[in-house]
Amino acid sequence: MTIQFNDETFREDYSFHNSERAIKRFPFPFDNDSYMYAVNMEQHRGGPPDSVYEKRFDVDEHYVSEMRDRAMVLADDPLRCQSLPHMTLAGWDLLELIMVSKSEDYPDLFELHRDGDQWHWINKPLGIDDRFTFMDETTLPYGPMEYITRQAQGDFCVLDQRDDNLWMDAGTVTTQADWSLDFDIGMNFFEWHAPVPLAHEKGIFVRALKFLLNIQQGAPARRLNWTLTVNPLLDTSPENYHKWGVQKTTLTPENIGSKQHLRVELQTFFRLPRSNALVFPIRCYLCSFQDLMTAPKWGRRLHRVIRDLPDELATYKGFIDNRPMMLDYLSKFDDGLPTSNGIWPELDTEPPLQK
Amino acid sequence: MSGAEKIAVRVTEKAALNDLVTRFRFEPVAGGLLPTFSGGAHTVVEMRDGEITRLNPYSLMSDPFDQTAYTISVRRDDAGRGGSLFMHNQVNVGDEMVISNPVNLFSLDLRARKHLMIAGGIGITPFLAQIKQLDRAHGNWELHYACRSEALGSYVDYLTATHPNDVNVYYDDQDQAIDLENLLDGQPLGTHIYVCGPKGMIDWVRGKAAELGWPREAVHYEEFLAPKPGKPFEVKLAVSNKVIQVGEQESLLEAIERAGVDAPYLCRGGACGMCETRVIDYAGNFIHRDHWLEDEEHSSGEKIMPCVSRFEGKTLVLDR
Amino acid sequence: MSKFEFPPSIRSRPVYGTLEARPGKHHLMIADAEGAEAIMDVATPDMMSKTHIIFISGGTDYADKLRALKPAQFYEGPTYAAAVTRIRRVLQDAHMGLQVYLTGTEGLMGQAQFEAMQAGIPHTAIQTEHRGSVARRMQCVHCKGITEDVETDPFVCAHCGLNLFVRDHYSRRLAAYQGVCIDAEDPGNVPEPKGIYE
Repeated sequence: MTIQFNDETFREDYSFHNSERAIKRFPFPFDNDSYMYAVNMEQHRGGPPDSVYEKRFDVDEHYVSEMRDRAMVLADDPLRCQSLPHMTLAGWDLLELIMVSKSEDYPDLFELHRDGDQWHWINKPLGIDDRFTFMDETTLPYGPMEYITRQAQGDFCVLDQRDDNLWMDAGTVTTQADWSLDFDIGMNFFEWHAPVPLAHEKGIFVRALKFLLNIQQGAPARRLNWTLTVNPLLDTSPENYHKWGVQKTTLTPENIGSKQHLRVELQTFFRLPRSNALVFPIRCYLCSFQDLMTAPKWGRRLHRVIRDLPDELATYKGFIDNRPMMLDYLSKFDDGLPTSNGIWPELDTEPPLQK
Repeated sequence: MSGAEKIAVRVTEKAALNDLVTRFRFEPVAGGLLPTFSGGAHTVVEMRDGEITRLNPYSLMSDPFDQTAYTISVRRDDAGRGGSLFMHNQVNVGDEMVISNPVNLFSLDLRARKHLMIAGGIGITPFLAQIKQLDRAHGNWELHYACRSEALGSYVDYLTATHPNDVNVYYDDQDQAIDLENLLDGQPLGTHIYVCGPKGMIDWVRGKAAELGWPREAVHYEEFLAPKPGKPFEVKLAVSNKVIQVGEQESLLEAIERAGVDAPYLCRGGACGMCETRVIDYAGNFIHRDHWLEDEEHSSGEKIMPCVSRFEGKTLVLDR
Repeated sequence: MSKFEFPPSIRSRPVYGTLEARPGKHHLMIADAEGAEAIMDVATPDMMSKTHIIFISGGTDYADKLRALKPAQFYEGPTYAAAVTRIRRVLQDAHMGLQVYLTGTEGLMGQAQFEAMQAGIPHTAIQTEHRGSVARRMQCVHCKGITEDVETDPFVCAHCGLNLFVRDHYSRRLAAYQGVCIDAEDPGNVPEPKGIYE
């Protein structure tokens, strides 16, 4: 599979752009016209060909540029990647999982050759060719989790499983929707989700935790989460919020189509074998409003979801102030026609915009 | 899908260690490597005994880093429901079987500064894998192993030969007993206790640790809860619209499966919560044997764990 | 000072209890200021004979009253920073079964709890009871500096000077609440500070 990698930025001049293919495969998260929290887990066992769900760790046209952005974030702030001492074994589990998955799923881009514990890893898009001894950190330039997550898109939270709970004891977090690994590291599942409004009362997290505790080797799961971001900025961290927060006020009716992005997290959950830990990759996909509107069903649906979202959620997701301007824009793409259930764009069957 | 992923294996070794315990070695039918695992994990072995299919969990005792084969040890229980007898009497080298991917409900706390292991009888098995894992990482562990007699002391020779300073063995028939109070007194902060053996031993260790002020989170235990036989009883499955009879030698879960109803399960030993089933109606008494539900849930009459628990009375209607 | 009623809040916000005697060969009690009163409330002669009290007076004069309880060991220090090396030394050679009791301000309890956790005691086994000041330790999420004794919302980060609002999101590891820039989206628009619990 040949992928044409973009040369783009996720900051400053924001040259990020989605090709037509990227827009078509964008993981639109809403399967009907209103949104409320749900556990919404399903098995992560492939998906339609060329969809973001097909491979264990999806690699797309943004791969090289995203990894460059990650390297910049980590150079500025090493605290975005931390691993408590007991989590090194889980880091090796994760390194193996990603190397095996990528070399099997994208053999043209990644190669893994193993001779006992002597491993040889080739990452063609990033120009990496390394030999190392599995389980011996002195043979890698970074700890195993940092080493491999510098080569994989999305954030990674590595969760220790103890006392019928999950503990965020390691992670690489540079593309997060506004939470701090440095602050949250060491917290359990309920604690790191504490700031999420409404969900605790609905028992969402109790059910989700029970499901996650029982995820077994070879049977990963996945779900989608979403928020909105002004500009295709990957690093929307609280650490830098005092710098990027003001960008939210730069939206105008003229630029909202190109600047306002839907930000979707494809969250997956894999059991790690040697450590019995759980890895929680959070893969971030961005798409501008104007690109989303090219799918009529998405145009209709996004307007309705944003319009009817409870205030607490819109506040928590950080767009309450811009909501009126968004609705002005989105309403132009909602002709009131019914939409089919499901997240797919259905470009062949959904009628074009009637206005 | 219920249970963990399945692996097709062939039995490549069957060795009687002593009068009660036999070791089995499994290698993958398809060749290649078996999944690695964390010490303390078990595999669920499928046994097709004529019309009856049993699924029994057994701790993996082999080295987690050895992916060429898994080994388990099975203690024969003549009064049990037949799983161990099937393994001892009907399974032979060359037989093909189906086992599950490893599942770990008894994992090490990798933050521990010291792992204090207390084993009774066949409870030694998970520790064998954990010791190998810890040795690779130069971990700090100490084992106290109570056996009925020297003849029945499975793996004692291997353990004392390879780790003479860290293994302590106690033979019941020589009146040797673990001096638990002294053992628990004076352990450094950051010590975790792991106990695996008969229920009485587990209760004893947990009780003594609590009495001496040990935090609950520092005491880990795994009990091999085989579903106990019991009086037959009738159950109505409301969703599948079936009435089933639970036989004396089968568990409620097995009876539900025998009726062709796909009920979720994982560990089949009352510990993981997967098979939790809602009770719609009942007139009678529950015999709860699980470690999953809280006391209030046990007395509420609203839930049951069908893998190990039973019922006696006129009516039981389940949400299955 | 009477006990403060913390309003119900999010799941990461610590909830403090009331100290009670627990079985154990040794007891370690660490308190600051009015926390001494909680120790006095739970002390019995039998317990005190096995107890080491570490008291940070912080300008109060409970020390004599605590000495009068006849604990097996007693230390009075002026500040937490002065006491922390002693706390670490005591924990270094302690054994499982040690009961730990923390009482006083959130800052004292949080920091001492972290030391006990690092030594190998699960945090859920450590008892806490709040007494005295409700001022908070706040970590600035931007510069990572911790500002002590914060009582108003918003407040100014003592390290980088940003105006921060006070969150209830709390980290045991840092023993601090999170402070986030309040005027990022509208620079200069900083509301009048009010008491955190007003």
